[in-house]
Amino acid sequence: MSKLTLTPNFGREADAFYAELIAAQASLNDEQAADWLARLTLILCNHIGDRDVLREAFALAHQHHD
Amino acid sequence: MDLPRYPYHQTLEQRSGQPQRRPVVIVGAGPVGLTLALDLAKRDVPVVVIDDSDRIGEGSRAVCWAKKTLEVFDRLGVGEAVAREGVRWQRGRVFHGEREAYAFDLLPESHHKMPAMVNLQQDQVEARLVRAAQLDPRIELRGRHELIGLEQDAEDPSQGVTLTVRTPDGLFDMRADWVVGCDGARSPTRTLLGLSFTGQVFEDRFLIADVRLGAGVRPRGLDPARPERWFWFDPPFHRGQSVLLHAQADGLWRIDFQLGRDADVEAERDAERIKARVAQMLGTDGFELAWSSIYQFCCRRASAFRVGRVLLAGDAAHQVSPFGARGANSGVQDADNLGWKLAAVMKGEGGEALLDSYEAERIEAADDNIGHSTRATDFISPKSALSRRLRKAALDLAAHTEFAKPLVNSGRLSMPTDVPGSVLNTPDADVWTGGPAPGCPAPDAPLDGGWLGEQLRGRFTLLAFGMAAPDAGVEVLSAPCDSLAAQRYGAAPGSLYLIRSDAVVAARWRAFDAGAVRAALARAHGRPHE
Repeated sequence: MSKLTLTPNFGREADAFYAELIAAQASLNDEQAADWLARLTLILCNHIGDRDVLREAFALAHQHHD
Repeated sequence: MDLPRYPYHQTLEQRSGQPQRRPVVIVGAGPVGLTLALDLAKRDVPVVVIDDSDRIGEGSRAVCWAKKTLEVFDRLGVGEAVAREGVRWQRGRVFHGEREAYAFDLLPESHHKMPAMVNLQQDQVEARLVRAAQLDPRIELRGRHELIGLEQDAEDPSQGVTLTVRTPDGLFDMRADWVVGCDGARSPTRTLLGLSFTGQVFEDRFLIADVRLGAGVRPRGLDPARPERWFWFDPPFHRGQSVLLHAQADGLWRIDFQLGRDADVEAERDAERIKARVAQMLGTDGFELAWSSIYQFCCRRASAFRVGRVLLAGDAAHQVSPFGARGANSGVQDADNLGWKLAAVMKGEGGEALLDSYEAERIEAADDNIGHSTRATDFISPKSALSRRLRKAALDLAAHTEFAKPLVNSGRLSMPTDVPGSVLNTPDADVWTGGPAPGCPAPDAPLDGGWLGEQLRGRFTLLAFGMAAPDAGVEVLSAPCDSLAAQRYGAAPGSLYLIRSDAVVAARWRAFDAGAVRAALARAHGRPHE
């Protein structure tokens, strides 16, 4: 059974969250933004902590691309 | 210190063409072969050690000797000298670009005889081992004996092994009951056995330079009187690569420059070019270049450590990158694991299952070491732009958040590998909340004005806490319950530990039962059905 949350988790605030994510790195150039995203990845991975959840997320990220 | 030699002599068996059958021939007189030779000799097993050279290898090579290795050396009589001559350090600092990313402390637990780590150039350690071997009448050390052939009877291994050896006087055959190949990463023994040696080869080249600093020279503010391990990722003096600085004895320093995948190896060997690199790093030319070498690292392991009556130990069996000091340290621990087992089998005290347990336990350790070493090497030389970016993120975050510090990997320093699944262990039947479980190393502690580790003396020992020495058919070492030893072993009155000859816990109990001790002893000697 999946431990990774795959249902909407921001309540009615999904659009607001997304706007915040975009705004958070809007002032950065591409290089800075890529560094920011890498730091964010590590911060969030540590927050999640659970290796099973992370492994599921890694796999999911592989599946969903064009 | 002058380095001892082991010059070639023509032997009687060579002259007469009548090979004398030897109990054990060890191939390779490096730290692993010599440790094994000294260990077997202490168990009254005569040993012939052959080496293709007649002198100690040039340069410092291995530098860091971990506590477990020092404890093994101590049992063999050279540990105190290595600990005394070596440089003690406990602080490591990691820099990223211009800034310090974080610092770590080995935080050695006090009240152990041996320190967590000392740095001493390999040739100095080998000099100690060679001298000890030359003083031992049970060890014959023969120079310029190059192994070129190895044969054993697959149908009847008790026929022993025939070794064909090339000497300055030509080829001759030697015979042995057992052969141990401690002949390094390019091991002729392993090659002659036809074993595969596979793993990962790292493309990056590294330049190792040993330099002696002039009086008063303080590289980048380092106080030579208070040595530390310094590691730089992407430093201003060597952009895009990593650099490691380590203290050695006698004012010698080890510098390890990553050169990358596209390095021009021939150009990099040029002494002037090396000196220029070092000068740029130290910020001064007040040094003398003592030795240098260009390396490429591999992490790989032989498919087996035993084929009939031939065994492999050290780099011959497994190879790692230097980050973490896991090469020579794990090799010495191979020898520590093998010595008592081989002696027990030869004396009929243990079953050949002991030798299979050597292979199983040390393959587990090799895979553990290779895993650590591969991860460190992958962090040090990222293979893609995104890997490099994630590393930068970890280093940037490590400077001001706790969680990222453990992600930074400039080498995880060698620790003994636990073998909780070994067939020699007797699993716990009692409830334990502390202390080393079966398969873990037995920790040292002060005891009777000396050290617990010293009193194990390389033989099976029943460590008994707060009780009269029981009659158990094995050496008994008594320790009081109001001691640091009792704390480290999680012991209460009546607690007992059965400790192997290589100071690994084989079994433990909350109360004495002669039958249980007997069964555990038999199991730990490869005779589980007694």
